[in-house]
Amino acid sequence: MSISVQLNVNGKSVTLDCPSNTTLVDLLRERLELTGTHVGCDTTQCGACTVHLNGRAVKSCTILAAQCEGAEVTTIEGLGDTDNLHPMQEAFRECHGLQCGFCTPGMIMSAVDLVHREPAINEQVIREGLEGNICRCTGYHNIVLAVESAAKKMRN
Amino acid sequence: MVEQSIGKSVLRKEDQRFITGKGRYTGDIDLRGQTYGYFVRSPYAHAVVGEIDTSEAESMSGVVAVLTGKQVAEDELGGLPCGWMIHSKDGGEMKQPLHPVMAATKVNYVGEPVALVVAESFDEAKNAAEHVSVDYEELPAVVSTAAAQSAPDIYTEAPGNTCYQWELGEKEATDAAIEGAAHVTRYTLTNNRLIPNALEPRAAIADFNTGTEELTLYTTSQNPHLARLILTAFVQIAPEHKLRIIAPDVGGGFGSKIFVYSEETALAWASMKLGVAIKWTAERSESFLADAHGRDHVSDAELAMDEEGNFLALRVKTTANMGAYLSTFASAVPTYLYGTLLAGQYKTPNIYVEVDSVFTNTAPVDAYRGAGRPEATFLLERIVDLAAKELGIDPAELRRKNMIQPADFPYQTPVALEYDIGDYEASLNKAMEMADYAGFAGRKADSEANGKLRGIGLSCYIEACGLAPSALAGALGAGVGLWESGEVRVNPTGSVTVMTGTHSHGQGHETTFAQLVASRFGISVDDVEVVHGDTGKMDFGLGTYGSRSLSVGGSALSVAADKVVEKGRKIAAHLLEGDVDNIDFEDGEFRLKESNRSKTFQEIAFAAYVPHDYPIEELEPGLAEKAFYDPVNFTYPAGTHICEVEIDPETGVTEITKFTAVDDFGTIINPMIVDGQVHGGVAQGIGQAMLEQCVYDESGQLQTGSFMDYCMPRADDLPKFTVGMTTTVCTHNPVGAKGCGEAGAIGSPPAVINAITDAVGVRDISMPATPEKIWRAVQEVRS
Amino acid sequence: MYDFNYHKPGSIDEAIQLFTGAEDGVYLAGGHTLLPSMKQRLASPTDVIDLAGIGGLSGIEDVDAVLEIGALTAHDEVATSSVVQSEIPALAELASLIGDAQVRNRGTIGGSVSNSDPAADYPAGVLGLGAEIVTNKRSIAADDFFTAMFETALEEGELLTKIKFPKPEAAAYVKFPNPASRYATVGVFIARTGSGVRVAITGAAPSVFRSTDMEAALNGEFSVEALEGITLDAGEMNSDLHATAEYRAHLCTVMAKRAVRKLL
Repeated sequence: MSISVQLNVNGKSVTLDCPSNTTLVDLLRERLELTGTHVGCDTTQCGACTVHLNGRAVKSCTILAAQCEGAEVTTIEGLGDTDNLHPMQEAFRECHGLQCGFCTPGMIMSAVDLVHREPAINEQVIREGLEGNICRCTGYHNIVLAVESAAKKMRN
Repeated sequence: MVEQSIGKSVLRKEDQRFITGKGRYTGDIDLRGQTYGYFVRSPYAHAVVGEIDTSEAESMSGVVAVLTGKQVAEDELGGLPCGWMIHSKDGGEMKQPLHPVMAATKVNYVGEPVALVVAESFDEAKNAAEHVSVDYEELPAVVSTAAAQSAPDIYTEAPGNTCYQWELGEKEATDAAIEGAAHVTRYTLTNNRLIPNALEPRAAIADFNTGTEELTLYTTSQNPHLARLILTAFVQIAPEHKLRIIAPDVGGGFGSKIFVYSEETALAWASMKLGVAIKWTAERSESFLADAHGRDHVSDAELAMDEEGNFLALRVKTTANMGAYLSTFASAVPTYLYGTLLAGQYKTPNIYVEVDSVFTNTAPVDAYRGAGRPEATFLLERIVDLAAKELGIDPAELRRKNMIQPADFPYQTPVALEYDIGDYEASLNKAMEMADYAGFAGRKADSEANGKLRGIGLSCYIEACGLAPSALAGALGAGVGLWESGEVRVNPTGSVTVMTGTHSHGQGHETTFAQLVASRFGISVDDVEVVHGDTGKMDFGLGTYGSRSLSVGGSALSVAADKVVEKGRKIAAHLLEGDVDNIDFEDGEFRLKESNRSKTFQEIAFAAYVPHDYPIEELEPGLAEKAFYDPVNFTYPAGTHICEVEIDPETGVTEITKFTAVDDFGTIINPMIVDGQVHGGVAQGIGQAMLEQCVYDESGQLQTGSFMDYCMPRADDLPKFTVGMTTTVCTHNPVGAKGCGEAGAIGSPPAVINAITDAVGVRDISMPATPEKIWRAVQEVRS
Repeated sequence: MYDFNYHKPGSIDEAIQLFTGAEDGVYLAGGHTLLPSMKQRLASPTDVIDLAGIGGLSGIEDVDAVLEIGALTAHDEVATSSVVQSEIPALAELASLIGDAQVRNRGTIGGSVSNSDPAADYPAGVLGLGAEIVTNKRSIAADDFFTAMFETALEEGELLTKIKFPKPEAAAYVKFPNPASRYATVGVFIARTGSGVRVAITGAAPSVFRSTDMEAALNGEFSVEALEGITLDAGEMNSDLHATAEYRAHLCTVMAKRAVRKLL
């Protein structure tokens, strides 16, 4: 079955037809060529596909495109670009919070939502708050530092 | 003058694209008109393949073709080879059953590819794959490593499912030393099987151009040239000059992307056969089944000592699981990367190790971060700890007593290696200080007052990296050289393009190598671009594994940079009207001695490409140099890791309260990147020690086939790490570096288990030390 | 995921009608159980009926002695609701322990409870608090709702619309998570109510259950010591790679004690 879906992605209105079984991540990657959002598993565990849906972090592999009718979606590409980095993107670079970069977009999107929703950011809150994102490279040490650092900047 | 950046934590050049979602991984690439591949995989661990009926699948919507293992056989493709010949102790060659690109007559593990469906969309390929009907006649499966040699044979050419029976060291002397020893500590252990799980699943796109007859293969590889060589020389898919392999951004490897697998090989073959581009991206469930796994040893070890605790001899018998086929480097892992490391940091005069490698009906097992060295280190650092407990000596003191001392270098071990340099006690001392080893008793008392158990564990590891002199490796059975290539191309404006045969998939070469070259030329790191991962762009190279990139690949670049400077001095001599012997190069300037005359690096580059005033009769124009660097020895990173844990005895839940790693990696170019490598390695080591375990059931079905069951370390499983360095500079490569990629995964597992067993007061807990195992051990101690 | 017909009805009646007319229909709430199983091709419904377009299925209402939580209320909303945090803090705590942050932003209470996953957290809260499950046609007591592994008293097509949680005197939830999946290996919910103590345990057995032994002991004396010596029958427990039945039985008692300790 083909459906029509209208949504707003990174500030741009998008209307397209797609099969009903299209997931949000497929729509982003395959239709809109926003390949910064990655797929690292097929069981809703790894978090590499994390984007913001109406301002909240979600796993875009486990949402149908159809469920996003009228929604606002922000991906890593919409968070900030080279000339205008989001403090979280900047902090990941400054703290060496990434190595291979594959989990990074999802990790950053989760971290931004975490800082937005948690009133007090500390190591434990960060570690528990990022349990939905797997990184195989960094051992999370520098990711924790990056989120701590970005949180300070985001609060200022 | 540009600031010299060696030893500075320069932020990574590559990060800009990754933090903005502009990385370009294989799965991000789409080619015009591409089709999609999906593999039909064996649901059985061991079965005869009968008829394969593809007719229904072929008639389905969007299907381009269905190709089977039978067609692979008809096309007479070669098997996937293993690149290291191991000889058994009787002199016989290892058994190497055909590893077909896709199975034609028999399947030997769950997930083995049997057919490839090519369709216009991924969904259509996957749907059709469900309608490929394969007749299987199931056979009994061999799963257990320990029992494989007494199980029915999987291959007639490998009786007792034995691939080889290898030995190293002096048997008689070792036996005699053990027999006469005052004390012998014995230990039987399992090194748990792991699944690498780089976060980017493997992927490939094969694109055959029928006009040029060129095949381009994009693939998630740590070593694209090696993949090309294998596909060309062994599988004979395409001539080497017509095959271009591109490994773009790769999302982690940890060894698992060294190997040449069925999938990309089948894709390359199918693309040529069908004349279309085909893309395949593994679903994680496929990765679990079909990526090469790691570790999987069972061993018996005996350590003999005199009354004072001086080590006299070590005897080891290991059975190593190879899985169903010999993967690309599988045979070398439990032999030359394992047995040779059993001396560790100690002056044990007699060592003898026997390794039987066995076939089972499980996924192939090959190198995973550390590869052989974690297995050796775990065995040694656990048995040393047990010996300390048995003798009533502090584990740190027993280690110290037996350590090779700085004055002993170069030190020839009884297991083939010659260590060039190190200062093991320096790392031990610094680690003990950073971990506040002396204050442990007080912390333990505090924990006990709160009803908790507390333990501390050490591990003093050594590894052999940057392998190796090619001639030596060849003599030991390696099928390839182990040098590395590098090219330093100075552009006319003085910026530099660096080509390396190594591959970065998280290690930060684009920054580290730029620092290395920029510092040499006195130019900015921003003016150096590092290019890697494309056989169409750079010279043949061996890729990235075994912590070799800086010590071997960096050395090649260092030599090439030397050549650039030498040529630059000649050009400068001409321009400055002096003798070349009187030209110095420093801080980016060529200066004529005893004069105030100089030329900048940029001026010399320009002169080389615009040779109007140039010694054209003696010197070619241009300023680009290559080097192929063959190491003269392994490098020997070493260090001490200390783990401290607190255990809730009611549940067995264990918290790592502090993890300290002090490592000696020789010269460090970028401390930030090196610390990151240690963090990641330690995280994987802690994963092995406490969380991760690949489990097959008796019929060979994978029980840990997703992140729902295979326990990956998450942020809340791990502590912050305390990382320190000591330095002895590698004596034999121009960079002075030893390699840092694997140390964390090698040093940490025994430190964790030593800490947990110390806390519980029990002799052994097998990896992974899960809460239930620890809880049971606590019950045992208390009853 | 196989192809399916997607529907987004505007009312409960329309949803029921669509379900009745479908060959193999399924309701979609947050989708965090359904979509993973469809992606794994373990579920292949012909028709997916998205409930998101139906008004009134989401939200939390404080109605005298009861908290009413709409079926489509996301876990995070329950976890962070000031009403839930003040009236039944244990329920907010339970919701905050489900899955991970992204899952809590999408997964819903109705979806979780309807699914009756033996390792899900919510069933412990629903049963522990003696909640009432309201559907399009009736109200079902929690004690009658969870019938077996992945099975509930819901009839074919019957739609869970909200859950009414009676406010307890006090309650606590303590969870021992599966280290890989983060579902409950064992989760114990203890509530002190006007009609006595209720102890509901999830993760341990094929379906959430009440421990009558623990309830009797705690009704006798509400103390950690009262649970001393109570060991659940390992023969009734689940066993898997991460925890044997014996360990699970042990954890039930330990987690129950910890829940009691939180209430003292």
